[in-house]
Amino acid sequence: MSIEKSYQAVMARRNEIMKSAVGLDYSRFESGGIAFDYEAMMASPGLDIMEVKAIQADYGVGDTPLVELRRISALARKYARPGFGARILIKDEAANPSGSFKARRAALSVHVAQKMGFKGVITATSGNYGAAVASCCAKAGLHCIVVQECFDSKGRGQPEIVEKARKCEAFGAEVIQLTVGPELFYAFLLLLEETGYFNASLYTPYAILGVETLGYELARQCQAQFGAMPAAVVATNAGGGNLTGTARGLIKAGCDSPVIAASVNLRGLHMASDRAFNRKSFTTGHTGFGMPFSSWPDRSDVPRSAGRPLRYMSRYVTLSQGEVFYTTEMLAVLEGMERGPAGNTSLAAAFSLARELPREALLVVQETEYTGAGKHPNAQLAFARENGVKIATGDPREEVPGESIILPSHPGQIRCQEADLTRLREGLIIRAISEAALPISEADLHFLARETRSDTAFVEGVIRKYQEEKA
Amino acid sequence: MIKKGSWVQLHSIVLTPDQRAPQVPQDTAALPLEQWVKGWLMEDAALGQKTRARTRTGREVKGLLVAEAPGFSHGFGAFVPELLAAQESILKAAGEAVPDEH
Repeated sequence: MSIEKSYQAVMARRNEIMKSAVGLDYSRFESGGIAFDYEAMMASPGLDIMEVKAIQADYGVGDTPLVELRRISALARKYARPGFGARILIKDEAANPSGSFKARRAALSVHVAQKMGFKGVITATSGNYGAAVASCCAKAGLHCIVVQECFDSKGRGQPEIVEKARKCEAFGAEVIQLTVGPELFYAFLLLLEETGYFNASLYTPYAILGVETLGYELARQCQAQFGAMPAAVVATNAGGGNLTGTARGLIKAGCDSPVIAASVNLRGLHMASDRAFNRKSFTTGHTGFGMPFSSWPDRSDVPRSAGRPLRYMSRYVTLSQGEVFYTTEMLAVLEGMERGPAGNTSLAAAFSLARELPREALLVVQETEYTGAGKHPNAQLAFARENGVKIATGDPREEVPGESIILPSHPGQIRCQEADLTRLREGLIIRAISEAALPISEADLHFLARETRSDTAFVEGVIRKYQEEKA
Repeated sequence: MIKKGSWVQLHSIVLTPDQRAPQVPQDTAALPLEQWVKGWLMEDAALGQKTRARTRTGREVKGLLVAEAPGFSHGFGAFVPELLAAQESILKAAGEAVPDEH
């Protein structure tokens, strides 16, 4: 019997393909309404944080250094009021075997795949996660396929994504490269059917449990090295898993520090546009993922995403591409650390946010990532210039994503912009109720309040407004 | 002619423009979804010819033969003077008691 391979037919089979490819029946956690049991889903792997740390240690993952950025902190202080300008610390996640915090997520996914008897693992990602899965598969002796969106229709590869292909191949993986488009997911589903491999999704409970150790470690390290808990933790936000896992890990370490999301502002650039594809100089950590995944996490490749950032986010700030590249140079020349650039989005935010905090406060940037050919600011800016993007020094506020990249002329110009968290919360609630029968149940009301880190009065207010506008 | 067993790259069309997802923007909708995969050539073939290859996970893939011994050429790109200027402005600000543009 031949299986129908049209786009529509394959997409219609997505839930059954996913059920066997992640080894988890999501219907167990559903209530029939808007709500589902998130905590039961997160507990379903049956692993406590010390067990997760032990699995990661087997892969050489985790226990990365927490480094104080003394010269960057001193520089930020020069732009702050007297007595202000926090101590900025950075967790050097580039020290993981594949060069980023994604190794934490990959180690758990690959461990589970191996335990369940899968012969191989597939992941759909153009970023560091592919390298992380390939690295862990190499250590576990499993096959690995990485599917990436890499080229525009003229065959020009985004240099950072080309570098990821190289790194995946270096770990022995098979890399499938596609042109721009959301149908990458279709190609991915076909491969899962063909091979019967495990889907190392970024959004399963395993993947997020893997990040919890990051938050847990940094809280413990702050306490041990600096004698205090962080005043705030800044996390670069894209799909939401980094922020979610870190925040959950902090809570597990008894730390109630606010978690601030930071993304590169790519407003106006359509993520599925062939023309816009090579006019962005960041392939992750940007608003093109960060905003939609915050206001609707279940757009991911699994029925229910374990990354639910609005539950944990106390603020959301954005930075321009120029500000993040500039901060990447700052990390190199003032601290001797060549990292990023996408992972430095949260560092650029911290440089700006430090000015709001007293000088004894600890402000933690929770990741770095490796850099090199293709990824480095020089590689990205040279490529942007070749593609007609204007590169200049000046006021980063004047940057227009896709048209220009403006590097600040001095550090005082790094000023993060506040994103509208209320609008994201409203967006999530409206999306949820637009597919539900009204009035919604008491349980759904409480669920939406938790989903948006708000209260039932806020949720009811949004629903009322939605109904009035609809009427 | 490229010999059987050579390490090559194959190109194929996954979806033609009329088969694409309904939500893709206009510029992308007018284009096919293309794919490149590497593997060992399963038969002697010439560049541009339709052929088969065995990938590193052992899959058999079909497509047009587009490259023999495909490599990587990404690097660090041409000199970007704005990055040198950025470094200099950072070092200058760090060295001053009160930066110029406070």
